[in-house]
Formats: sequence, structure tokens, C-alpha cells
Amino acid sequence: MPSNDERWLDAEAGPVVRPYALTRGRTRHTGEAFDLVATVAAVQGRVPDPSALSPEHMSALYLARFPTTVVDIASDIDLPLGVVRILLADLRELGLVAIQAPVPTKPRQVDTNTLREVLHGLRGL
Amino acid sequence: MAYGGYEAAGMAVRRHRAIKILLAGGFGVGKTTLVGAVSEIKPLRTEEPLTESGRRTDSTVGVERKTTTTVAMDFGRITLRQDLVLYLFGTPGQERFWFMWDELALGALGAVVLADTRRLADCFPAIDYFERREIPFIVALNCFDGARRYTSEDVRVALDLDPGLPIVLCDARSRESAKEVLIALVEHVLSVADEPVSR
Repeated sequence: MPSNDERWLDAEAGPVVRPYALTRGRTRHTGEAFDLVATVAAVQGRVPDPSALSPEHMSALYLARFPTTVVDIASDIDLPLGVVRILLADLRELGLVAIQAPVPTKPRQVDTNTLREVLHGLRGL
Repeated sequence: MAYGGYEAAGMAVRRHRAIKILLAGGFGVGKTTLVGAVSEIKPLRTEEPLTESGRRTDSTVGVERKTTTTVAMDFGRITLRQDLVLYLFGTPGQERFWFMWDELALGALGAVVLADTRRLADCFPAIDYFERREIPFIVALNCFDGARRYTSEDVRVALDLDPGLPIVLCDARSRESAKEVLIALVEHVLSVADEPVSR
């Protein structure tokens, strides 16, 4: 893969931003890796300390009051996925959210029972 | 059971099955249109992964000075049941976006390569990618108005696709047509999964 940054700078690639200011410069999240469709849910009864969290952390936590996914949160708070991952890992470290893999994460595959359910669901749309 | 949180972090979260489907294709081939036709489309941005040399060993030193480019992705969800949701990810076909696919493809149901017969070469990289990683996929030909129609077999020869690989014609603007594309993918994945494992 070429290493020069210029390959990104075109209209299709999008605008240049510095989203990592929100993560205080961190580009990798803490703890175990999680998929972008992993389920995120706020842990009941845990009261966050607002002074320890950024508004973006609070927004992510608010969205996780009902089980949702990493991508849904990223979309709803309109921040890039990588940034949202770091915020969610912070919340996990503080014991405020639980993050669970969507399905056993292996390179492939979705099991046949689930495939049949998906097929049935699509036909019923 | 009422939603609203969990007793403890370690407790099993009620399992929402989130199924990923990839939609790959060249620029302007109709990915956004197809995702919008069949699902609730949502904005999603991801970013260029920083190179190793761009990472600080001590992440608390300060704000990263390196600029990052965000990439807009087509993202849509289809709620099939309360606990079963399809997530469609439309990603640009060029090789430089493969860093996104590597993660999207992990555990994914499969992929749809959306092709325009006027620019078939645009989907070569996507087909190469899925073939090399043995990710099940189908090819959907978006039939643009005024585009010269080719038969599926013309396209199969042009793209050098295996005889068993489904090629479907679609109109990316039509919900029914987009739905049929997804159904064709799932049927293909099921047929591949049902094949007896050679000993």
C-alpha cells in the first residue's frame, strides 16, 4: 500500500478533518477489539460522572440506553467510526457500557439457520 | 423484558443479531440509490487508518497533529425483526478503500458487486477482493436507462466469473428490485453453505 497521504486528497475521499482532537489524540481504543456491528448497551444503575466525560461520551452513553450497535451510534452522533470506537471503549473501561460481539466473530460465516431467517424476513418485506 | 440497561457489565447482553452485507461497486454505479431503495439510509463516516509512523507511542502526549481524511460510506439498516437487523455497507470499489472492507467483511453474510455494463472494469477490484478472500458474493447489473443491455452470459465472460455465480439484473431505484438482489445473495450463500464438504 502506498504510504503517501496525498492519495486521499480528492473529492471522493471527502474533507480533511482532525476528529481525533475529541479523543485527545488517541487513535486506538483500549481493551478488547469489537466489531462495528457489536451490540452496545448502557449498564443499568451506573451513574456517570459528567465532569470525567466529554459531551460526546455523554451522547454515546445516552444513545446506548437501549441496546444498539457501534455503527448506529457513530451515525447518530455524526462522528467517524474510529473516534466513536475510542469513546465507547472509554465508557466500557469505566463500566458504563457493555459491548458484545454481534455473532461469534470468525472470518465466515453466518450460520444457515440465521440465513434462512434472513431470507424469510426479506421475502416478507 | 424491559429494555433500559443491564445489571452488570459482565452480564450477557440480549443478543441482537446484526448481519452485515457489503455492497461494492465503482463510483456512480448506484450504491447509494440501492441502499436507499431498500433500507433506512443513515450517514456514516469512517477515516483513513493512521500509518504506524503516525502513531505516538505515548498516546497522552497531546493532540495528534496528523490530519485524517474521513470517507463517507453508504450505510443502511433493514429491521427484519426486533432482534434481527441487516446492515448494508456500500463502499467504493477502488483498492485504496480495502482497509474498510477488511473489517466489514469479517463475519459478513456476503457481498453484492454492483456493476454498470458501460464500465464493467470498475468492478474488477471488488470481484478480485471477494474471490481471494472466499467471501460469497453475487453480481448485480444495474440497468440504467439507455444503457445497452448485455446478457448475463456476456457479463460472465467479460468478468471471467464462475458458472455457478449468480448474476442478476436490477433497477437500483426500485425497492422490489433491490430486495430481489438481497434475496438472490442470501439464496446463493445458502446454496454454497449447503454444499457437502469434501473430505
